[in-house]
Amino acid sequence: MSAIETPNKPIHTAHGEGHGHHHDAGEIKLFGMWVYLMTDCILFACLFASYVVLKDATAGGVTGKDIFELPFVLVETFVLLFSSITSGLATVAMHRGDKAEVMKWLKFTFLLGAVFVGMEVYEFHHLIAEGHGPSHSAFLSAFFTLVGTHGLHVTAGLLWMLVLMHQINTRGLNDTNKSRLNLLALFWHFLDVVWICVFTVVYLMGVL
Amino acid sequence: MKERKYHHYFRTLLTIVAAASLSGCSWALFDSKGEIGIQERNLILTAIGLMLLVVIPAIVMTVMFAWRYRASNKDATYAPDWAHSYKIEAVVWGVPILIVAILAVVTWKTTHSLDPYKPIESDVKPLQVEVVSLNWKWLFIYPEQGIATVNELAFPENTPVTFHITSDTVMNTFSVPQLGGMVYAMAGQRTQLNLIANEPGEYFGQSGNYSGNGFSAMRFKAHVGSSEAFDSWVAKAKASSDTLDFDGFKVLAKPGEMVNHRYPIHPVTYYSQVQPGLFKQVIDQYVVGINSNKTLSAAAPVEVGVEKE
Amino acid sequence: MFGKLTLDAIPFHEPIIFYTVCVVAILGAAIVAAITYFKSWGYLWREWLTSVDHKKIGIMYIIVALVMLVRGFADAIMMRTHLAMSHGDNAGILPPEHYDQVFTAHGVIMLIFVAMPLISGLMNIVVPLQIGARDVAFPFLNSLSFWLFLAGVVLVNISLAVGEFAQTGWVAYPPLSGLQYSPGVGVDYYIWSIQISGLGSLLTGVNFVVTILKMRTPGMTLMKMPIFTWTAFCSNILICGAFPILTAALALLSLDRYLDFHFFTNELGGNPMMYVNLFWAWGHPEVYILILPAFGVFSEVAATFSRKPLFGYTSMVIATMAIAFLSFVVWLHHFFTMGSGANVNAFFGIATMIIAVPTGVKIFTWLFTMYRGRLEINSMTLYTLGFLITFSIGGMAGVLMAVPGADFLLHNSLFLVAHFHTVIIGGAVFGYLVGITYWFPKATGFKLNDKLGKYAFWFWIVGFYVAFSPMYVLGFMGMTRRLNHYDNPDWTIWMQIAVVGVALIAVGVAFIVAQLVVSFIQRKKNIDVTGDPWDGRTLEWSIPSPPPFYNFAVLPRGDKLDAFHEQKRGGLPAPSTVYEPIHMPKNTGMAVIMSAFATVLGFALIWHIWWLAIIGFVGAVATFIIRTYDYDIDFYVQPDEIARIEQAHLQKATQA
Repeated sequence: MSAIETPNKPIHTAHGEGHGHHHDAGEIKLFGMWVYLMTDCILFACLFASYVVLKDATAGGVTGKDIFELPFVLVETFVLLFSSITSGLATVAMHRGDKAEVMKWLKFTFLLGAVFVGMEVYEFHHLIAEGHGPSHSAFLSAFFTLVGTHGLHVTAGLLWMLVLMHQINTRGLNDTNKSRLNLLALFWHFLDVVWICVFTVVYLMGVL
Repeated sequence: MKERKYHHYFRTLLTIVAAASLSGCSWALFDSKGEIGIQERNLILTAIGLMLLVVIPAIVMTVMFAWRYRASNKDATYAPDWAHSYKIEAVVWGVPILIVAILAVVTWKTTHSLDPYKPIESDVKPLQVEVVSLNWKWLFIYPEQGIATVNELAFPENTPVTFHITSDTVMNTFSVPQLGGMVYAMAGQRTQLNLIANEPGEYFGQSGNYSGNGFSAMRFKAHVGSSEAFDSWVAKAKASSDTLDFDGFKVLAKPGEMVNHRYPIHPVTYYSQVQPGLFKQVIDQYVVGINSNKTLSAAAPVEVGVEKE
Repeated sequence: MFGKLTLDAIPFHEPIIFYTVCVVAILGAAIVAAITYFKSWGYLWREWLTSVDHKKIGIMYIIVALVMLVRGFADAIMMRTHLAMSHGDNAGILPPEHYDQVFTAHGVIMLIFVAMPLISGLMNIVVPLQIGARDVAFPFLNSLSFWLFLAGVVLVNISLAVGEFAQTGWVAYPPLSGLQYSPGVGVDYYIWSIQISGLGSLLTGVNFVVTILKMRTPGMTLMKMPIFTWTAFCSNILICGAFPILTAALALLSLDRYLDFHFFTNELGGNPMMYVNLFWAWGHPEVYILILPAFGVFSEVAATFSRKPLFGYTSMVIATMAIAFLSFVVWLHHFFTMGSGANVNAFFGIATMIIAVPTGVKIFTWLFTMYRGRLEINSMTLYTLGFLITFSIGGMAGVLMAVPGADFLLHNSLFLVAHFHTVIIGGAVFGYLVGITYWFPKATGFKLNDKLGKYAFWFWIVGFYVAFSPMYVLGFMGMTRRLNHYDNPDWTIWMQIAVVGVALIAVGVAFIVAQLVVSFIQRKKNIDVTGDPWDGRTLEWSIPSPPPFYNFAVLPRGDKLDAFHEQKRGGLPAPSTVYEPIHMPKNTGMAVIMSAFATVLGFALIWHIWWLAIIGFVGAVATFIIRTYDYDIDFYVQPDEIARIEQAHLQKATQA
């Protein structure tokens, strides 16, 4: 993705008043990321709505109460929350320009994210093995889709992180990589917020 | 009464237009034969009338302004910077708001009075008909009479009819245009439609929602006559040698086949006996899954809307 | 190895389809041969396919859209011909399974592959120029949007030759579109062509929201933006809000079809009504996505050719925003007959008719723009007048159906079909045709032949009324939509009248094609040397036609509405000769490659060729990652080069 960047010196003598003045590429990208995240938010809203509509459509099969293991999911939740902190620490280190620190915290974040995805895959595998796969009822379909879509987002984030770590390693903390790290951190925090909603709406409200 | 007169005038006008096109057509929606249909038709005419209050001036002004202010007309006033007038803007916001406000009141009232689930007020006890849409035919079950038919309806005039509607296939819409509105038929759901016929006659019915290749064959006739005529129609059905149970229903439910690039309309069929509770059983197939570990009776059919029984 | 794909998928036994495919294949081969013969591949690749220039991307959108318009219109001709014959014992020209594909394809193509790209195309060409920007916020993403849209076009056209298209109607309601009732690949073509091009639309939406909010020229506040940019802005916000819903709905439908999920099945608790809700939660905003930019075009044209500013600019902006907001709270009016309670139906009915208020305001605003003006009559203003009348009628039909009691009778009838064609043809299509004519000289450097444009207009508008008035009548006669056969003899005559209308529209379409060809041949005669052929009012007319790739050598000021008109009134300042370096993005072929992989992915998923799907997916992702390793994606245009380009333009203008 590229954006038009304006040269550092002003183009126009009247440049820089209130509206319509030019912003640097990083800021435009960040704003674009926000708009994208809002659209993603709507996507998740649809999946949440579907889940709520189909929550009781168990077709005589298992309900959330029967299959959710709250302690396990709680651990999963804390893993992801903690990865948000480490990604924040990576951003802080980036502002200091400390490449080694950035890499360290990104590795932590990646590890925690991978553990989260691993735990989710384990949970899914366990449910399918027990005979509670997504094709057994509308409730299970909606559950797997909502949680799985979040998991796919996290997986995409992990891939992005891997690529970015390699880029920072080889090209250093240049402006482009810094801007990308900012976007990734924003994405990562967003996934955290979505997960909190998943945890509340699916697991907590399912069990209580 | 005034509305009826207006309607009469409107129909005359329409008849002239129709005659001009060399067709002795029937405008089903303006040729309503049932109380609900008449009210809905009047609602259409009222709404059109209200909106014409804005639409006609808009169209007239379009033509007038374009003619008057054409570039070649140097006599017309030219105000090259005029772009704003509080007065005009107040009018162009105010008039539509006023008309929509009136229309909103009409809408609120008629949506409640014409709610398809609302029983029709009458001294006569409503007739119950259970409607199942199939690929591509209609099954009508008369639970009180214990009979069923395919692709033919009959009921007495001036008797409210409550249609309970479901589907054993994809979505369809049960519709008899000359009697009034339509409602979706959906598997696992029971929707409801209350209609009444004020005059005897033979009215066409159809599905209003595309349901696959044989959709065009989902046509039927509704026969409305005296209560004696209805009784003899029931007797005719009772004399049929066919009966319908759930297994027979599943055979009937199989899709029709194409003949000469067309899906023929399923012939009218009468069943002298129907397995009691067949309609509920049709719905329940979709309410509890096949892999269910609960019994059929444990689940109630999913109800849509505000059905009162 | 090839999943469900076998030789049987090619319709040798369907003469109509087979010959169509043959003709298309021969034409395609001829074009490829011509390009090869003239050795134009290199030029095409360098200057067009890999371009990230918003103006070129816009032109490519419009070319593809016009080609698809012809295909969608061919479907319309087949439908009308079939229905004029298919009554009583006559089975018509198309068997049901073919006819049902035709009306589905007609809807999908016209909305997703004609109307959407026409909007994207116009916005691409016009919006950055109107706001004094040098490109959109994310030029590579813009290129990717176009190519993803093209992947959808390719898939929908492959469905003609390999396999089949959906037979479900363009809404594809489950359970009909579920695996049980549509086991073929038709619905899969539907899903993946819309899903992939929908992703492109979503990216366009994000891109333009950011562009309009962040890239305006100095001085241009939101309330100084040209009205077309305003409508484009609202339209893109709607895209951002609505397209994710479509993505979700189609994704859930594909999970049902591919992995045996139960979102919308009849069995195991699935709920088809949820699809209907999700679909229209996208579908209703979608119609405003289509119409708002057309409103913007009419506003620009009405003001320019009345030689007056737009009347009530603020009212117009408020009305546009009101429509955009309301479009999200009215979706249930598409299914009043589903058995919701009276309170729910009444709420959505009233919410819907409230939209008539801002729409009515707009109509009167255009009227008072002409009032006390000097209205020049040309093809564009004729379309505008035709629009004002036609849209008033279509809007009235729409409000009528927003009354639930009336909708119970009219739902899914041909009255509905007539209504939405009235507003879409009379509103959106006319708007896009005007927009293309209006900005054609800006994009290409020469004007369209207006005489042929006027002929096209008269055939379009007369043909439209002859084709669709009968459908209002048939709706009142109780005829429902999507019938492929009927036996009511009263309906036949109206169906036959409609065919005449379609024939007239066909002449109109032919005149548009002729207009393009003739104007191209006579391009020297119709050349626009000044860059301002219509005495325009907004900033896009202040630069040469076609604009240099960097658009503005010096960023203009946008402090006033109708900024360029105000400049002209004050006497244009002498062009600057001192330039600063301009930062521009470099062309890239990565979007083309990604989209090629996406096409492969879609095709493989449709036919269940899993290994190929993996190649497509991994290929697309890998291409994107490779792109991120390219840090050399932009360059500076140096002042001397800018001076050379600007000087050349000045010379051309003074010579003329």
